[in-house]
Amino acid sequence: MILQDSRPLLEVRGLCATVNGTPILKGLDFTVKSGEVHAIMGPNGSGKSTFAKVLAGHTAYQVTAGQVLYEGRNLLEMAPEERARAGIFLAFQYPIEIPGVGNSQFLRLAYNTLQAERGKDELDPLEFDDLVREKMGLLEMNPEFLDRSVNEGFSGGEKKRNEILQMALLEPKLAILDETDSGLDIDALRVVSKGVNHLAGKDNGIVLVTHYQRLLNYIVPDYVHVMDGGRIVRTGGSALALELEERGYDWIEAEASAEGTLS
Amino acid sequence: MSAVLQNLVNQPYKHGFVTDIESDVAAKGLNEDTIRLISTKKNEPEWLLEFRLKAFRNWLTMAEPEWANVKYPKIDFQAISYYSAPKAKPKLTSMDEVDPELLRTFEKLGVPMHERAALAGVAVDVIFDSVSVATTYKHKLAEVGVIFCSMSEAVLEHPELVKKYLGSVVPTGDNYYAALNSAVFTDGSFCFTPKGVKCPMDLSTYFRINTEQTGQFERTLIVAEEGASVSYLEGCTAPKFDTNQLHAAVVELVALANADIKYSTVQNWYAGDENGLGGIYNFVTKRGMCKGVNSRISWTQVETGSAITWKYPSCVLVGDNSVGEFYSVAVTNHHQQADTGTKMIHIGKNTRSTIVSKGISAGQSINSYRGLVKILPTAYNARNYSQCDSMLIGDQSSANTFPYIQVRNHGAKVEHEASTSKIGEDQLFYFAQRGVDAEAAVSMIINGFCKDVFRQLPMEFAVEATKLLGFKLEGSVG
Repeated sequence: MILQDSRPLLEVRGLCATVNGTPILKGLDFTVKSGEVHAIMGPNGSGKSTFAKVLAGHTAYQVTAGQVLYEGRNLLEMAPEERARAGIFLAFQYPIEIPGVGNSQFLRLAYNTLQAERGKDELDPLEFDDLVREKMGLLEMNPEFLDRSVNEGFSGGEKKRNEILQMALLEPKLAILDETDSGLDIDALRVVSKGVNHLAGKDNGIVLVTHYQRLLNYIVPDYVHVMDGGRIVRTGGSALALELEERGYDWIEAEASAEGTLS
Repeated sequence: MSAVLQNLVNQPYKHGFVTDIESDVAAKGLNEDTIRLISTKKNEPEWLLEFRLKAFRNWLTMAEPEWANVKYPKIDFQAISYYSAPKAKPKLTSMDEVDPELLRTFEKLGVPMHERAALAGVAVDVIFDSVSVATTYKHKLAEVGVIFCSMSEAVLEHPELVKKYLGSVVPTGDNYYAALNSAVFTDGSFCFTPKGVKCPMDLSTYFRINTEQTGQFERTLIVAEEGASVSYLEGCTAPKFDTNQLHAAVVELVALANADIKYSTVQNWYAGDENGLGGIYNFVTKRGMCKGVNSRISWTQVETGSAITWKYPSCVLVGDNSVGEFYSVAVTNHHQQADTGTKMIHIGKNTRSTIVSKGISAGQSINSYRGLVKILPTAYNARNYSQCDSMLIGDQSSANTFPYIQVRNHGAKVEHEASTSKIGEDQLFYFAQRGVDAEAAVSMIINGFCKDVFRQLPMEFAVEATKLLGFKLEGSVG
């Protein structure tokens, strides 16, 4: 929802980043205010996922220029875990498997770490079990997942649901979903969307990085951005996504070149 | 390797402490006179001197083993002093006198109160309102007939038992280091659980009076008679710093019919600095004999210290239906080298063995599992299950698995599983993105990896071991 008097949650100015010396982000500007849902679309290799990982602080990416403010703080100076504790959540495109570490144990550690950060009570295993089962119910997840190792042997869809479960538990201020919809069947897509819509509120911001329009049938964004060549080349309302679905990305690239926004 | 991982694995050995004690030291060098001196100093009977001399003569004919996957400069056995009796160290009268740094270490490791006192050299009865823990335990043990004392004491007070069992599992000429130990051992533990007795508590060295210090060449003998059962805990998670570079211990376990021995070790000796300087060479022979039917011997070890570890706690399954178990976690960091594993020798019918080995290598360390499963023709219907898992931290360490399987009976069933995994940047980033710092993340991953072994440890030991591994690999990552 676009609110009149909402405060900026995330302000990105002229962000440039490289991976192994190759420039990926080339002067990206982007602002999220609380309450808003943004979708970032764009062709493969346009830098969408890199942008998501740079926001989370992945060490494989080097920021070479620009500024990122999160609630007025310099985000780029914060360690990845500090960003998470400050309320930034990244739902991974490819959630990693952690053999030997029980999912419920992991979820509780993450949950209690954030509770402590927020000055709230930590939960013991029994209390936490009640909470996590309630959230799993919402996401139509089998409680069996609690007893398994984190993401180990999960199908693609199960991994994505596990990401959304974590989001539901951690209640982030800024949730970034990196292609959470890819590889999901229609039921999973519906469930994942339910989780996201459940989180959305006037105090949160949500950024959906996606390739396809179909997710946006379930989660209606306030803004749709098109990324190309490491920057945002077009911003519009939710109708833009439909237009992209119909016409592809080429026309935007062509227009952008014509306007000289791509170098 | 990233900076985070570098920091994680490169923390200094924070828990070393040195006690200055005056000792009565023999001149360097090894010959028959040295051995006679040791024997005289300890007032030993003639048969034991003969035992030592026989071992020594044997040792002279043997060559230092070179098959292990470890590298170190040749040891000069004439440059070592073989007898060093610690003079009584001053007893502190209260915990307030103990070095606060040491107390903090105990606190962090969660070492039980009475153990802290004993380790710090405080008279235990002072701490616990004149109730001496050690004395209480000793009484309790005496009531059921369990003998638990130092080897020196046992030689003098229970010579018939020592004579009967000493060297019966590890003969004096068994291997180079066992022969050396048999010639020059100074002290160790002796534990005897008589027929039908279930030892009422876990036995641990710190309950033993008069033996704050054991020698460089430790000798331990544990006997469980028919139907007896005993659980023995060796060492503790508090660190042992020692100027003696070479440690060659021998541990022998004897289980008669229906007896059950459980032996748990947490080894945290000085491992040398991050450049690989210093540290203990730990060359140990540990072997248990399941002599009687239905007997069971179980080894559980958590090896984190020493510059070099060369150790293969083994079970010889002679009795029909006997069971051997080996559960091991070996952690190496910096330039540490570990070549450790087990031997399961199946001789009796229906004998069963289980091997669960977890190796964790960090830094530039080398961690090798070496295990032998041998099924003799007499071992009808024998079974073995082995599982060897390795975990690598960083990209400069190495893990190796050397399984030897010799089956000479057609009815035997032997299974071996192995895996290698790695703590990766991406796993740590995943944790970090959920607010969990690298230290807690590594600890959780390692504990998950080791849980099959930790489950086998007695409760308090398991808690300490968990924390110790955390220390060993985490450090204060900011």
